[in-house]
Amino acid sequence: MSDTATRLQHHFANEEQQLDASTFGMWVFLVTEILFFGAVFCAYIVYRTHYPEVFAHGAHHLDVVLGAFNTVVLIASSLTMAMAVHSARVDEQRDLARYLVGTMFLGLVFLGVKAYEYTHKFHEGLFPGNFFYQADDAPLQRLFFSIYFTLTGLHAVHMIIGIAILAVILVQAMRHHYGPRWHTPVEIMGLYWHFVDLVWIFLFPLLYLIGRHG
Amino acid sequence: MEAIERRVNYLNVDHGIRSWLLTVDHKRIGLLYLVSITIMFFLGSLMAGAVRAELLTPQGDLMQSDTYNKAFTLHGIIMVFFFLIPSIPAVLGNFLLPIMIGAKDLAFPRLNLLSWYVYIVGASIGIAATIGGGLDTGWTMYTPYSTGYATTNVVFPALGIFITGFSSILTGLNFIVTVHKMRAPGLTWFRMPLFVWAHYATSLVMILGTPVIAITVLMVGLDRGLGLGIFDPKAGGDPVLFQHLFWFYSHPAVYIMILPAMGVISEVIPAFSKKRIFGYGFIAASSLAIALIGFLVWGHHMFTTTQSMYAALVFSVLTFAVAIPSAVKVFNWTATLYKGAVSFEAPMIYALGFIGLFLVGGLTGLFLGALGLDLHVHDTYFVVAHFHYIMVGGAIMGYMAGLHFWWPKITGRMYNDLAAKAAALLIFVGFNLTFFPQFIAGYAGMPRRYHYYPEEYQVLNVLSTAGASVLGLGYLLPLFYLLFSLRFGRHAGRNPWGAFGLEWMIESPPTPHNFDHTPTVTWEPYDYPEMHKLPTRIGESRSHVTLAEGQPTPPEGLAHV
Amino acid sequence: MSTHHYDPAATVRSYLMVFGALMVFTALTVAAAYIDMGAMNNVVAMAIAITKAVMVMLIFMHVRESSPLIWLTIASGVLFFLIMVGITMIDMTSRGLMGILGK
Repeated sequence: MSDTATRLQHHFANEEQQLDASTFGMWVFLVTEILFFGAVFCAYIVYRTHYPEVFAHGAHHLDVVLGAFNTVVLIASSLTMAMAVHSARVDEQRDLARYLVGTMFLGLVFLGVKAYEYTHKFHEGLFPGNFFYQADDAPLQRLFFSIYFTLTGLHAVHMIIGIAILAVILVQAMRHHYGPRWHTPVEIMGLYWHFVDLVWIFLFPLLYLIGRHG
Repeated sequence: MEAIERRVNYLNVDHGIRSWLLTVDHKRIGLLYLVSITIMFFLGSLMAGAVRAELLTPQGDLMQSDTYNKAFTLHGIIMVFFFLIPSIPAVLGNFLLPIMIGAKDLAFPRLNLLSWYVYIVGASIGIAATIGGGLDTGWTMYTPYSTGYATTNVVFPALGIFITGFSSILTGLNFIVTVHKMRAPGLTWFRMPLFVWAHYATSLVMILGTPVIAITVLMVGLDRGLGLGIFDPKAGGDPVLFQHLFWFYSHPAVYIMILPAMGVISEVIPAFSKKRIFGYGFIAASSLAIALIGFLVWGHHMFTTTQSMYAALVFSVLTFAVAIPSAVKVFNWTATLYKGAVSFEAPMIYALGFIGLFLVGGLTGLFLGALGLDLHVHDTYFVVAHFHYIMVGGAIMGYMAGLHFWWPKITGRMYNDLAAKAAALLIFVGFNLTFFPQFIAGYAGMPRRYHYYPEEYQVLNVLSTAGASVLGLGYLLPLFYLLFSLRFGRHAGRNPWGAFGLEWMIESPPTPHNFDHTPTVTWEPYDYPEMHKLPTRIGESRSHVTLAEGQPTPPEGLAHV
Repeated sequence: MSTHHYDPAATVRSYLMVFGALMVFTALTVAAAYIDMGAMNNVVAMAIAITKAVMVMLIFMHVRESSPLIWLTIASGVLFFLIMVGITMIDMTSRGLMGILGK
């Protein structure tokens, strides 16, 4: 089924209204995500203000190289996602599928690195709560890692969900469901994916890059 | 009187349980919600019954302290999260909003159905948590008790709340996009019914606030399950931070509960005064103002914590400010009544009751917003009485008013007005008998959340429990006469009340797509003096057969911003 | 998002330029973290992050071509986040300032 058949749902007057509504709807959802992550950022800001040395010290346990690498990977995945949307618009079906695969692949690389980092932390005794046994600065350093794992864990969950949805979209793309006339799921999934990238753009300096000097 | 039209309507267009469980029709989804939240209301009422029964005597003799703690906790959680927050928006909002703006459905019908299923999952978890032993932290789940010391299962009910939050978010999202993008031609923002304005403002609060409670209860779950320590003082955490994040949502949540009710009142008052509403623009703007300023006052729940004095001052001032738009509404409703042709059908009785009870609740909110006075009455029955005046005397009365006003439209049947009036009166009397003594008891020092109390408070408590019994009876009655009307009620025509609005120009019950053709709106809202010049029917095709599927609507220039 | 006046070549170019810029800024933020600028470290890090975020939003997320409604939507999200953090921080940073015990 190509995209030339109408996808117009009965309650919309025309396709432009439908796309407009879908795009606006995704933005409204992203606003909820700003507040969702925002509350954890709020906890971060409160505690970092109270315990700056603890946070600086905690950040030393994080690997800047891995963090920077992941940042590059995620930004690259945003590029491939944007190119996927573009491919749909200009009816380049093979490119669309390739860019979707690329985005998913880069997402999995990101998650792989995070899995490695998490395992490493676990073995160092830095996984928070009942598994925490770092001696220095405990229990306060535990607070840094609670925030670290909550923020990055939440982010990782969003990525996993994103990759899963991209898989569905990829299947549809390979069946040539998308084209210049209709590619709404690709567009709005693009918005979601870029948002996940945005969160990381803030997470990286806030978690990995504090207290690196001196 | 119109002959009964045998058109296909949304109720008879399809049969069988699959057609209900897989529907994407906003009207059917509204009814699905109606059944679900009614069940949750009765569950929450049982909890209230347990509380009031225990408080008949000064001794804690009916149940253990732990059991009592669970009773009031579950009462709060069920009533707030599983009844009040969805109530008007999910039932009446879902049903009416598209019709009121001339649309054939909400922007995202499948998301609408999803929101109901998400609600069902969350509510089921809530019920399971209740049966499985309950929660005893109070609905506010303050840390570190909830994260570290409670012996009840905290994570499970927290999960139920987390999931139900997404139902709320999906509803709000749907409403916002629908209002922006799907208004009929000619229906400018300032021609929208105030019910729609109220739901738009409510949706803003749902979108901006709910994610915060979701992540906060998630963090409580992580704290408890994994020992994270985000809110644990022993780990360097700040329990007051939990309260900030909790109340950042939970205060605006009360506006989620009251704004839709105010929207109902803004429809009922003009309809039963046969008069244009006074100050339409101000009422519309006040809904937005309440939504916005409502986000700035959450710290007034924390005056007795270690929250700084400066912050407390800021919150106190802003709390006084948020009362102003509410007062604007009350003045405007009253001005609408003045010199109107007022009639006292059941919806109007509820609406008038709302105005009086909301006034008391709102004013006592100001008392609580005053720092000095709050220190004296915080955590006493004064607070309990205040919020019940707003949530029961306000929100639930508004819900009942709406249910009774639009019942003929939803079902096509009229209920027995005498029975309805009797129920309304019982509810009004029972309510005041239940909660007014609580103002006195609280001011005299009786603390909340205790099941034993000094002897001198007994008289007030007995009055309160007596009132609760009357109130309970009042709430049971509609179950009977409304259900009775479904089978035996007189068929309602399009506009049994002679009210103004697009919903009163279509069939009762509405056809599956509300309108065959999207109407064009040329009139100002609530224009009762000119109502006789307007069509009595709108958006219909000439034939009386099932409307043709996939029939394209004429491409008019759509009013969408 | 209408597809008329869509210039494919210009669009792809803008994506690649933004990608390049984001790489540069990432390197910059890492480098800046190792230079001691005192309190300015935070400011610089956030300024760079916000710049990157704005680029992603405007170009990758097409906000540059979006309606004022979308701009308003994004602004409200950011505004309410700032309200939540801002007023909470008013509490957190002003405790004890009035010399009242426990406040």
